[in-house]
Amino acid sequence: MSEQEPTTLLPFIDEVNEPFWAGCREGVLRVQQCPDTKKLIFPPRPGNPWSPRTKPTWTEVSGSGKIWSFVEPHPPLMLDFTDRAPYTAICVELDEDPSIRLIGNLLKDENGDINDFSYDEIEIGTPVKVIFRKMSDEITLPLWVKQ
Amino acid sequence: MIKDKTAIVGIGQTEFSKGLAGDEVELASEAILNALDDAGIDISEVDGLASYTQEATSEVVLSQNIGFGDISYFGQVGYGGGGGPGVIGHIAMAVATGQCKVGVAWRSRKRASGAARRPWSKGASIQESIAVNHTRPFGMIRPVDEIAMLTQRYMHEYGGTREHLCNIAMAVRKHANNNPDAMMREKLMSRDDYMNARWISKPLCLFDNCLETDGALAAVIVSADRAKDCPHTPAYIHAFGQGFHHQHQVMQNFFCADPLKGPAWVTARKLYEQSDIKAADIDVAQIYDAFTPLILLSLEGYGFCERGEAGSFTENGNLEVGGKLPVNTSGGGLSEAYVHGFNLITEGVKQLRGTSPNQVENAETCLVTAGEGVPTGAMILRK
Repeated sequence: MSEQEPTTLLPFIDEVNEPFWAGCREGVLRVQQCPDTKKLIFPPRPGNPWSPRTKPTWTEVSGSGKIWSFVEPHPPLMLDFTDRAPYTAICVELDEDPSIRLIGNLLKDENGDINDFSYDEIEIGTPVKVIFRKMSDEITLPLWVKQ
Repeated sequence: MIKDKTAIVGIGQTEFSKGLAGDEVELASEAILNALDDAGIDISEVDGLASYTQEATSEVVLSQNIGFGDISYFGQVGYGGGGGPGVIGHIAMAVATGQCKVGVAWRSRKRASGAARRPWSKGASIQESIAVNHTRPFGMIRPVDEIAMLTQRYMHEYGGTREHLCNIAMAVRKHANNNPDAMMREKLMSRDDYMNARWISKPLCLFDNCLETDGALAAVIVSADRAKDCPHTPAYIHAFGQGFHHQHQVMQNFFCADPLKGPAWVTARKLYEQSDIKAADIDVAQIYDAFTPLILLSLEGYGFCERGEAGSFTENGNLEVGGKLPVNTSGGGLSEAYVHGFNLITEGVKQLRGTSPNQVENAETCLVTAGEGVPTGAMILRK
């Protein structure tokens, strides 16, 4: 771990969630799956609640989904989120299974930022697709644009 | 079953404010001693202790400072605001099963010092839970952001509005304005005040959020037999339940299959299974209110209305004294004090004693809940 003061909140990668973040680095969205029931599992975890004596496997999903909900955080916040507020965060339900949802941000395009859209410009149900943004050698974040 | 086998016979508290002198041990000590005085029980008789896992004061340190009797039961309940009724329920079970005779439960908090400091502001270490890896990098940092995400969906799915949230905030504030102990006793709030308040996490504004408070509270629990000898009307612990469901995600229920049907639903099932008193028989309710939408979700979870109907349930003054279901009659966490819901417990006891500042006429039954959105608990108190 670097001693440098952090400027943003990046995920902590461990051996369980590594395939998710490796996928992001490679430009694909992966989630866990129960090998027996084929149910998708998210967020990543070491065990498999749908078939507890098997381990979850990883599967690639299309990266397409719909906005399930959204918020617009205002200060008091922290780190670089303070400077970019108000911004929006969205919750995306995946096309493969709408009960599997990811949190992210809606950007105008690949070069956009988390404050591209205001609260009033976002609508539940809007189709979105994943894009990826490299934050460091280790971390690439999944973000979203309108389809 | 522990039905009616135990009762809360003593309650005590400190002042509530934004900057109390003394540390958490001093605050807890004051609240506990006040509760024992209220119960008419000497501290040397205390042999059972129950608290929240987030409590900053330990059983041992308190005993060293105020001198309980020999302790034969001690236990804690987790998940912050999910704890309150769970803490009481645990000590009630211990008393009912003979593990101890005089149980004390408490919560003390200081906003400026170690344990009560906002955990989300601790910096970039996000290893505490697996799921925050998938929320914080996108600016979903605070509990209010997580609840706002559910609220926005609730509004979309059920036609809930800010007017409904305002009804809740105003009802609870009105109760606080009549409660000399409440931090907001002198702060009136109009519908315009609410509608024009600054955003915290849109669609939630400042007044959808609870207070930040220094303070402590405590309760004394004994057997129903012993309760008859205590000076005040006992608040019998009629039923108690805890719960969370299969794939529950603490505060991050948007990762669940049915995010708007939270732990309150599982808890309510156990609670009412244990109870002769059903939702329709509840005279007054103290519902955990770190955020106004938790009351909407809880009204549905505990069966006061159908799914999606809690918004309209807030209308016509239904949540105020004189309404269909007076809620948070002390001002709750939104307007009296935010002490992880322990003031909801003591207010429930006051209602049954007939000593609430906002007394519900002939109140004989009171529901007290912990926080929806985390592993939670609830209890029904009766006269």
